[in-house]
Amino acid sequence: MEQDINITITDRDGVKHQVLAPTDMAMNLMEVVRSYELAPEGTIGVCGGMAMCASCQCYVLSETTLPDMQDDEEAMLSEAFNVKDNSRLGCQIQMTLEMEGLEVELAPES
Amino acid sequence: MITTDILIIGAGPTGLFTVFEAGLLKLKCHLIDALPQPGGQCSEIYPKKPIYDIPAYPEILAGDLTHKLLEQCKQFEPGFTLGERAETIEKQDDGSFIVTTNKGTKHQAPVVAIAGGLGSFEPRKPILENITNFEDKGVEYIIKDPEFYRDKKVVIAGGGDSALDWSIFLADVAASVTLVHRRSEFRGHLDSVEKVQELKNVGKINLITPAEITAINGVENVESVEVTKKDEAPFILETDHFIPLFGLSPKLGPIGDWGLEIEKNAIKVDNALDYQTNIPGIFAIGDVNTYPGKLKLILCGFHEATLMCQAAYKIINPGKRYVLKYTTVSGVDGFDGTRKEAPKAVVKAID
Ligand SMILES: Cc1cc2nc3c(=O)[nH]c(=O)nc-3n(C[C@H](O)[C@H](O)[C@H](O)COP(=O)(O)OP(=O)(O)OC[C@H]3O[C@@H](n4cnc5c(N)ncnc54)[C@H](O)[C@@H]3O)c2cc1C
Ligand code: FES
Repeated sequence: MEQDINITITDRDGVKHQVLAPTDMAMNLMEVVRSYELAPEGTIGVCGGMAMCASCQCYVLSETTLPDMQDDEEAMLSEAFNVKDNSRLGCQIQMTLEMEGLEVELAPES
Repeated sequence: MITTDILIIGAGPTGLFTVFEAGLLKLKCHLIDALPQPGGQCSEIYPKKPIYDIPAYPEILAGDLTHKLLEQCKQFEPGFTLGERAETIEKQDDGSFIVTTNKGTKHQAPVVAIAGGLGSFEPRKPILENITNFEDKGVEYIIKDPEFYRDKKVVIAGGGDSALDWSIFLADVAASVTLVHRRSEFRGHLDSVEKVQELKNVGKINLITPAEITAINGVENVESVEVTKKDEAPFILETDHFIPLFGLSPKLGPIGDWGLEIEKNAIKVDNALDYQTNIPGIFAIGDVNTYPGKLKLILCGFHEATLMCQAAYKIINPGKRYVLKYTTVSGVDGFDGTRKEAPKAVVKAID
């Protein structure tokens, strides 16, 4: 489908998954992970995607240009654990066509 | 020993509505929750956010929904064991169950309803190797009784609402309050942020940012913490208490070891009938259960609670007749002696 993009997600056990993410269903990266069940229920998306729990933290591995962080994402990441320079909150990354080829790794559960 | 008819694990919306439905069947309920307050996700994660899909409420705040559920079930006098986690379950010879919490409180009931949502809310602990050795010896993740800190030296870490609000509250109680956060920006309500600024200016809160606690020191109890400011050498800060407030995250926890069938971090139930688990007498309702087509929504939890109560009635009153009554028609008789009923129609002649 034209509106779908290819992204690669490494789960918390280190397994790589190539998945198709729709860009026309108002889905964010956290929701893509949930729709493919790449992390156990209840361990991702705990706050529903309000940048309030960091359960959707991931490390961005590709050079893909992503939207800038908003204040709330930055603030939440500054309280989260296992944060690296390439950390982002999956729930704050809305899937768009420009993200074709995005590669991310899920941060450990905390 | 606390005894009741239906022991409910989890005081979220599902557990609270169970009290009402059980009460209509003259069954008493007692609830256990790891959180210090009822409401589950609605009170812990998003009390001030609106919900738009509660039937008949075009919009209601999650915190208000909790209050209304408490108000609705009040007449059935539910018991509460709050701030404790249900840890073990033992089946008795008479078919009843004894559930014991992490604090040793025992509860006995013929029916157990697990309404545990995504799991029991557990504190997110900072990654410090010896932190667990100091738990309840100066390290606390949840503040239950602020008086406990009277005239003590307190270090709080975190950058959200609870870190801000407790720093403000304890500024008047503790001997000293130090707030440590990785950034200079805080994430909270504007008035909380402004109040902390004010208290900092008058020297009632010692604010250290951007910084992190990098070690805890002490022999038996916490005696000091090591604070590392960004790009500076670490220093030692004497304190009686270290309170990391990094939020809570739900964990299925001990319920996972109760011999229940678990799938996708949830408890499998018979949704064709009554939401019973693979152990007769134990039910699972609301977000905590799973079955084909399951949706984790509040309204689904309400429906599941209602059907579960019917099954509980049959277990507790074997062979006894029951017929569904409308609340409008038969009214609601509380265990506290109150009665709600529809006003009678007037019968009066018209000349
Ligand atoms: C941000 C957000 C927005 C949401 N918006 C909506 C919405 O618009 N509409 C909607 O229908 N739903 C919404 N939901 C989902 C809704 O909140 C849940 O479906 C609902 O809270 C589930 O209720 P519950 O009573 O089953 O479980 P919970 O609310 O999760 O409560 C379970 C309780 O059980 C306790 N517990 C668990 N295990 C134990 C144990 N072993 N010992 C002691 N206590 C234990 C937990 O501490 C918790 O308090 C939203 C959720 C979030 C996070
Ligand atoms: S889902 Fe909670 S921060 Fe993204």
